[in-house]
Amino acid sequence: MTEPAPSPSAAKLPVSLAANPVLSSWIRFSPEGQVTVSPGKVEIGQGIVTALAQIAADELDIELGRVQLLRASTAGSPNEGVTSGSLSVQQSGRAIRFACAEIRQIFLEAASDRLGVAIEALDISDGTISGPGNIRTSYWELAGDVSLHREATPGAVPKKSTQRTLAGNSIQRLDIPDKVFAHPRFIHDSALPGMLHGRVLRSEMSAAKLVDIMEDGARAVAGLVTIVRDGNFAGVVSETEAGAEDAIKALRKGATWSARETLPDENGLAEFLKAQPVETTVIDKRTAPGAVQNSRTIRRQYTRPYIAHASIAPSCAMAQWSGDRVHVWTHSQGVYLLRADLALVLKLPVEHITVEHMEGAGCYGHNAADDVALDAVLLAKAANSRPVRVQWSRADEMSHAPFGAAMAIEIEADLDAQGEIVDWRHSIWSNGHAARPGRAAQPALLAATELANPFPRMISSNPPQANGGGGDRNSIPLYDFPSWRIESHRLLTMPVRTSALRTLGAQGNVFAIESFLDELAVERGEDPVAFRLRHLGDSRAQDVIRAVAKRANWKPEKRAGVGYGLGFARYKNTGAYCAVIAEIEGAEDISVRRLTIAVDVGEAINPDGVINQIEGGAIQATSWVLKERVRFDRQRITSNTWTDYPILRFSEVPEVEVELIQRPDSEPLGAGEAAHGPVTAAIANAVFDALELRVRNLPITRDSLIAAMELTA
Amino acid sequence: MPSVRFRLNGVETTVDADPDSSLLGILRGQLGMTGAHFGCGANECGACNVIIGDRAVAACDTPLWSVADKDITTIEGLGSAQKPHPLQRAFIAEQALQCGYCVSGILMSAAALLMQNPKPTDADVRGALNRNLCRCGSHNRMVRAVLRAAAEMAAQ
Repeated sequence: MTEPAPSPSAAKLPVSLAANPVLSSWIRFSPEGQVTVSPGKVEIGQGIVTALAQIAADELDIELGRVQLLRASTAGSPNEGVTSGSLSVQQSGRAIRFACAEIRQIFLEAASDRLGVAIEALDISDGTISGPGNIRTSYWELAGDVSLHREATPGAVPKKSTQRTLAGNSIQRLDIPDKVFAHPRFIHDSALPGMLHGRVLRSEMSAAKLVDIMEDGARAVAGLVTIVRDGNFAGVVSETEAGAEDAIKALRKGATWSARETLPDENGLAEFLKAQPVETTVIDKRTAPGAVQNSRTIRRQYTRPYIAHASIAPSCAMAQWSGDRVHVWTHSQGVYLLRADLALVLKLPVEHITVEHMEGAGCYGHNAADDVALDAVLLAKAANSRPVRVQWSRADEMSHAPFGAAMAIEIEADLDAQGEIVDWRHSIWSNGHAARPGRAAQPALLAATELANPFPRMISSNPPQANGGGGDRNSIPLYDFPSWRIESHRLLTMPVRTSALRTLGAQGNVFAIESFLDELAVERGEDPVAFRLRHLGDSRAQDVIRAVAKRANWKPEKRAGVGYGLGFARYKNTGAYCAVIAEIEGAEDISVRRLTIAVDVGEAINPDGVINQIEGGAIQATSWVLKERVRFDRQRITSNTWTDYPILRFSEVPEVEVELIQRPDSEPLGAGEAAHGPVTAAIANAVFDALELRVRNLPITRDSLIAAMELTA
Repeated sequence: MPSVRFRLNGVETTVDADPDSSLLGILRGQLGMTGAHFGCGANECGACNVIIGDRAVAACDTPLWSVADKDITTIEGLGSAQKPHPLQRAFIAEQALQCGYCVSGILMSAAALLMQNPKPTDADVRGALNRNLCRCGSHNRMVRAVLRAAAEMAAQ
């Protein structure tokens, strides 16, 4: 299973290090024997602080306990854009590894000078640099003389995998004790001196205009500091959180809204998506060298609904003004990007805005974290330099935050006389899958569209394929078909607000591709494992499929009401490889009993952390597949409680077994999004195996089973 | 303001507040105990669970008046880094969380279960935690952790 080590890109710095080359912006030594690591990526429950500490401690030869991780802040952190796309280990980890390798060398040179010994004779152990004859110094002793205020240079050589002692091991996560003992770590649990509490008034209706508010009720609530109104944006500030809740309730009672019917028919998503004005992009094209013999064509359509991020914590932020400067505390995934949008809305230079990260609950993509930060900034403006904490309601979190975009996917395959695929066409209709802040000339933040001088609502777009794509993510087959054409039709209207949800379009595309392949394999009477292996040239892809098949004893004997299905993908076609076999039981309702998974993330910095991410992704994907669908009528999102937007519960969670294929000499790849697509497809294929029903419209519920049955009959 | 008395983590506590106030608001606000988390405010997610008597209860829709003279245990009273509850040790040993926002409520549901049923089965644990939501998908690790804690407590 070993592969040649990738060449340590002698001529090029890792991307994050190239963008932020000053070494001291990443790593600083204190005379007291601590090492501060300052990444631009943030902890969102994925365990990144631990993985980065492991990497730094390993390269520097120090104990893990000496490493302190700083939270990202525009006040001084490297700008690493956004914490998304399963890129934290790939980008931040790589930058820190190369920065530390170079820093280690710089200190060795300084020690060599001071001790009068050749570098080759020096050794580092927990930060102490020693040489022959018991001569020694340390990082901490030398820190005053060695300036790291210098730019990283290409060519640093990190340790070989066999020399690492921390990276590659399942170190316990550094943040877990705080969370288990409830030490305040979440932004939700933090308080600033003199802090006030704010709440924002939003209609249940998606595109309502605030016609009038009666303020008397809210003004009568004890503790009220002020009521803020700017166009359709309205909110309250109170001395206490309970007071803010009571005041917003009173304000809601006295508010008049004008409603509009802007939302599509929730039962006609594919028709709606295909009827909108679109921008069409040819994502990829492959032409067969010779003439192809097309004997027949099969065409199938798959859909995925809008899916909510549905964080357990409603979004929260704090803001404090001082003159024309403002400090913001946020659980945004991108502090610099949020700052750029705030600057646009406030018409302030970015230097006047400091955005500091604090942990929130898992977000799974672009939820309301950034929106609530602007809410806090706008309310704090009326708070006389006192800090204001704003928290959204559960209902707002489930109806006004961006959703993962609904998708309609059509696959058409031409088959030759032997039933082999000779041409493959894949078309996607969907809103864009990204409308994150900080990337356009207009802000992406909700309140910006509500002000008296509003900004237009940003229509979500798709990152280019080179960055993994958006709606088209994972739409290019990894399979060796002789010719194909992949098209993405991005909607130019956006009645339902969409932005990045974990995997972007990959979940939908992998579901479609893998369902279609399963159907073709069954029709040919060919084993789905063999069918896939036959079409895959990539040996790492083959390895995960073989590993999962072996682990799940593929294919277990047929039993009534039980089914087994396979799903595979390489996330973004450049990231982690993941193959899944689902075991389901079903008649009227489907329950997923077991998911067996094989995954290859290259070098796993923290194997248990990777397994935790894969398990979590698999369970979340099961929830999406069996339960989740944003509900709406023509005016409002109606699934704004946990009752109306159910997610998987403890009693419904499948067993998950993960086999990690270790490749310590390959580049580390993120694990957070690898499982969703393959799990989705594996469950759908298992449903067919059990019930002989192809469910092509997610979620797979009693209703969609009945619909599939009617279609078959 | 009327006052309501109860025992909070073993300490006699008196709160002067509207008796209809939510217990969660009082804990997090006046009493400064932020371990119980706000998730939904409607007893639908379990992030704010505390133990009243020997039952796990959502603090968000528990009115203050209803806890008069009761024993309330919050995550802060369950254990500490210096003196961890077996459940807290087990959650660390199993690395049984991702973001951890739901975990204080889940620990309280699990602690209540172990008070009532010291030898739970896998299904018992899932049943006891079924009203707690976890969005990161750490369910199976949490179940393993609760079973580990139960085994440890039984061995003592």
